[in-house]
Amino acid sequence: MVRMLNINIFRYNPENPDSKPHMQAYYLDETDNMTLFIALNRIREEQDPSLQFDFCCRAAICGACAMIINGRPGLACHTKTKDLPDQINLMPLPGFKMIGDLSVDTGTWFRSMNERIESWVHTDKEFDPEAEEERMDNALAEQVYELDRCIECGCCVAACATAQMREDFLGAVALNRIARFILDPRDKRTDKDYFEVIGTDQGIFGCMGLLACEDVCPKKLPLQDQLGYLRRKMGLSVVKKFFSWKK
Amino acid sequence: MIETVMTDLLCIGAGLAGERAAVEAARHGFKAICLSIVPARRSHSSAAQGGMQAALGNCVKGEGDSPDIHFEDTVKGSDWGCDQEVARMFAETAPVAIRQMAYWGVPWNRVVAGKSYYYKGGQKLEKEEKKEKEGLITARDFGGTAKWRACYCSDGTGHAVLYTLDSVAVQHGVEVHDRSEAIALIHDGENCIGAVVRCLKTGKLRVYLAKATLIASGGFGRIYRASTNAVINEGGGHIIALDTGVVPLGNMEAIQFHPTGIVPTDILVTEGCRGDGGTLLDVNEERFMHIYEPEKAELASRDVVSRRMTEHIRKGLGVKSPYGDHLWLDIRHLGEKHIKTKLREVYDICKSFLGIDPVHQLIPVRPTQHYCMGGVRTNKYGEAYGLKGLFSAGEAACWDLHGFNRLGGNSLSETVVAGMIVGKRIAGFLQGCEVNFNSRVIKDSVARQEERINNLISGSGKENVYKVRNAMQDILMDYVGIFRNGSDLQKAVHMLQEVYERARNIGLRSDGIGANPELSLALKMPGMVKLALCVAYGALERKESRGSHAREDYPARNDRDWWVRTLAYWEDGATLPTLKYEPATKVVEMPPGERGYGGGKIIPAEIKQGEIEE
Repeated sequence: MVRMLNINIFRYNPENPDSKPHMQAYYLDETDNMTLFIALNRIREEQDPSLQFDFCCRAAICGACAMIINGRPGLACHTKTKDLPDQINLMPLPGFKMIGDLSVDTGTWFRSMNERIESWVHTDKEFDPEAEEERMDNALAEQVYELDRCIECGCCVAACATAQMREDFLGAVALNRIARFILDPRDKRTDKDYFEVIGTDQGIFGCMGLLACEDVCPKKLPLQDQLGYLRRKMGLSVVKKFFSWKK
Repeated sequence: MIETVMTDLLCIGAGLAGERAAVEAARHGFKAICLSIVPARRSHSSAAQGGMQAALGNCVKGEGDSPDIHFEDTVKGSDWGCDQEVARMFAETAPVAIRQMAYWGVPWNRVVAGKSYYYKGGQKLEKEEKKEKEGLITARDFGGTAKWRACYCSDGTGHAVLYTLDSVAVQHGVEVHDRSEAIALIHDGENCIGAVVRCLKTGKLRVYLAKATLIASGGFGRIYRASTNAVINEGGGHIIALDTGVVPLGNMEAIQFHPTGIVPTDILVTEGCRGDGGTLLDVNEERFMHIYEPEKAELASRDVVSRRMTEHIRKGLGVKSPYGDHLWLDIRHLGEKHIKTKLREVYDICKSFLGIDPVHQLIPVRPTQHYCMGGVRTNKYGEAYGLKGLFSAGEAACWDLHGFNRLGGNSLSETVVAGMIVGKRIAGFLQGCEVNFNSRVIKDSVARQEERINNLISGSGKENVYKVRNAMQDILMDYVGIFRNGSDLQKAVHMLQEVYERARNIGLRSDGIGANPELSLALKMPGMVKLALCVAYGALERKESRGSHAREDYPARNDRDWWVRTLAYWEDGATLPTLKYEPATKVVEMPPGERGYGGGKIIPAEIKQGEIEE
C-alpha cells in the first residue's frame, strides 16, 4: 500500500521582512526507493518552488544536505523514507547561520575552523619537483586517510551540547582534523604547538564526552577515540608544562 | 550602490582546477578569489573516487611506465581527438603534480613489498611488489591504460585531494566566496574584466572586477536527465562564456557515459570496481565483455564498455526492472575485506541507496551520462579563445586533453595539472597586466542582469522552469545518447529549439526574494538549452564516429574529413549555434591509428609529411 507522507518543514526567509519562522506541512505519495533527496525535490518542483534546501553530490560524499530529520542530525540524501514514520519533521542544522528554510551557512563556519586550527601540513621543507616522493608506510597512510574521510557536513556540531552552548567551541570535526595531523609525519608541529591550538575550553577541554558526535557521524568516524586520545595527550602536555622547571 | 570587489584573479569555481590555479597565482603574490555556488569542499571534485593518473611506475604492474606511455594511452583513449601538445605537457607534469599533492599532505596509498593477489576478469592472480619500492606512491589498474597508473586514496581520492588543496588555499590566503554564482562575464568584446555575481545567501548582485578571470566551473552533465554528476553541474560557467558571443565552446558533442551508474539513482560506482577485478554480468549472470573485447574485456575504455553494454541490452540480455533494463556489476569475489576498505564508498552507496550488500549481492548498473569532454575552448596555455584575460581549466575547459573519450583517472589528474600550468600562465599574464575597468561596460552589464531578474519576477513569462528543464533533459536522453543517428539528432535539434523559446518565456511562481532557488534555475535555463543545442547540433553535423560520439549512420572514424574540433559560437539573437572547425591537433606526434579495442572502421587521413613533428 502506498503511504501518504506528511512532511513538516521549517520555513523562514530572512531576506523577506514579512517572513516569520514557522512549520509548514506538505503531503506526498511515497514511491519505491524514495529518499529525502527525491521527496524534497518533488515538493519544490510540484508544490513550492521557493523552498530552500541544499543538495550537491546526492551520494553522501559531499556533506551538503545535513539537516535535522525527526530530531536527529543526518544526511538527507541517504535517508530513505521507508525507514521513517509517515510523519517527517525537517529542521535546519543548529549552530550555523541561517540562510533560509533548511539551508544554513556551513561554509563560513568550516573555513573559520580550518583557519583557526591551521589545518594544513606545517613543514620547513621545500617541495622539490625533481625528487622522488618522501616514503610513507602504507598502513600509516591508510590510518591518516581514515581520519581524512570527514565530509564537514556539520552533523557532529549540530549534535554537540558544548557547541550549542559556546559559539567558539571547535567541535569534534576540528579535533578529529588535528588528530589527523598529529598522525601525519609530514606535519612538524609539536605537542606544544597543538596544545596552543586546542588545549583550552574552546578545544579539547570543552568536550563533555556526551558521545553524540560519534552517534550521528554519517561517515562513522571514530570521533570519541580521537577526543579521548587528544585529551590524554593534551593533559600530559599540561603536566609536562607544570613540571618544566625541573628540566 | 552595488557592492564591488576587486581582485587580480577571479576563479569561477572552487574545485580542484580553480583552487590549484588560485594557489599558483597566490604563490606569485597575487590576490585570488574563488567563487563557488557551494562551500569549496562540497565541489564535485570531492566525488571522484577511483584515482589520479600519473606515470610514477612504482608498483610492479606499473613498472616501466613513463610519460611517453601515458601520452600514448591518452591520445589513443581520445580516439585521436585530443590536442597532442596538451597531452604531452599533461603526461609530463602529472608525476610532479601528484608528488606535490603528497608533499602537501594527501595520504596516497603506498607500495607494500611482498606477494599479494589481484583479480583480472574474475581470475585470481598473484603479484609481488619489490622491497626497494616500498613506501612509494602505488597505483591501481583503470580502464584503457597500458600500465597500472591510477594513484589513489582508497576510494575517496577526490575527497582527499580536494581537502588537502583547499587547506593549502586557506594557507595561501586564497579567498573563497561561497554561495556566489557568476551570471554574466563583464567584457567589451575584447577584454574580460570580471563578472556579475548573484549572492546565493541574499539574492543580491555583486560586481567582481578582475585582471584575469578563470572559468573552472566543472561539467554540465545535468542537462541530461540521468547523470552521475552532482546537482550543481549545470554548466553555469559555459553559459556565461557562450553568452559573450565571442568565446566558442569546443567539441560539445563529446559526451561520456560511464558504464556503472547504479539503477535507479544514477550514482556512480567507481571504475576501480572493474579495475580491481569486478565483472559485468547479464540477465543470465554470465560475463559478456570478453566476447566483444577479448583483450581488454571489462577494462576497455569507457565509451567502448558503455556501448557494448547497450548493445548487449539491445539483444535482450539486460535485466528487466521498473526503471528500464540494466546489467549487473559483480564484485563479490573480491571479498569482504577488500570491498569494505578499498571499495568502501561503493559498499556504502550500495547499502544506503540500494539497500543491498555487494559482498553477497549483485549491483544493478547501466551506462549513465558522466563527463563532458567539451567546454570553453582554450589554447594549450588555458587562454580562452575570443577574450583577453579569460582563462579556463578543468572539466569546464576544452583544453583539449580528452578528445572524444576521457580515460578514467585522467580528469582528476587534469584538474591539478591544468591548475598548475594555467595558473602559472595566469601569474605571468598578471605580471605584465594593465587593465582599464570601463565603467560604462560594467554599468551596462549590471543593468542587463537586473533587467533579466526583474523580468523573471514581474514579467509576463508563463512557462514553469522545472517543466522546461525536464523537457530539455528528456530530449537529450532520448535522442542524443550513447548511440546517435541523423534522424534522431535532427528531431532533437528541432525539439530543443522549441524548448529554447519556452526557456525565454519563464515566469516565476514564487516571489523570487532572497536566495530563491527557482530564480537561480530560471536565470540559467535559456543558457542550459543553448548548451543542449550545441551538443545536439554539433553531434548532428559530425558525420563520423569517434570515441564517445557513435553515429549508427556513420560508423567509421573519418580522419580524412573529421579529424577536427568543433567550435560552437552563439550569436546574439540566434536560435542555433554557429559551428566552425579547426584541426584537432596542430602537432602530430602520434599519427592516427587503431585503439586496439572497440573495433570499427577507420577512414584514414592523408597526412602531409610536414605536419608531423617527431
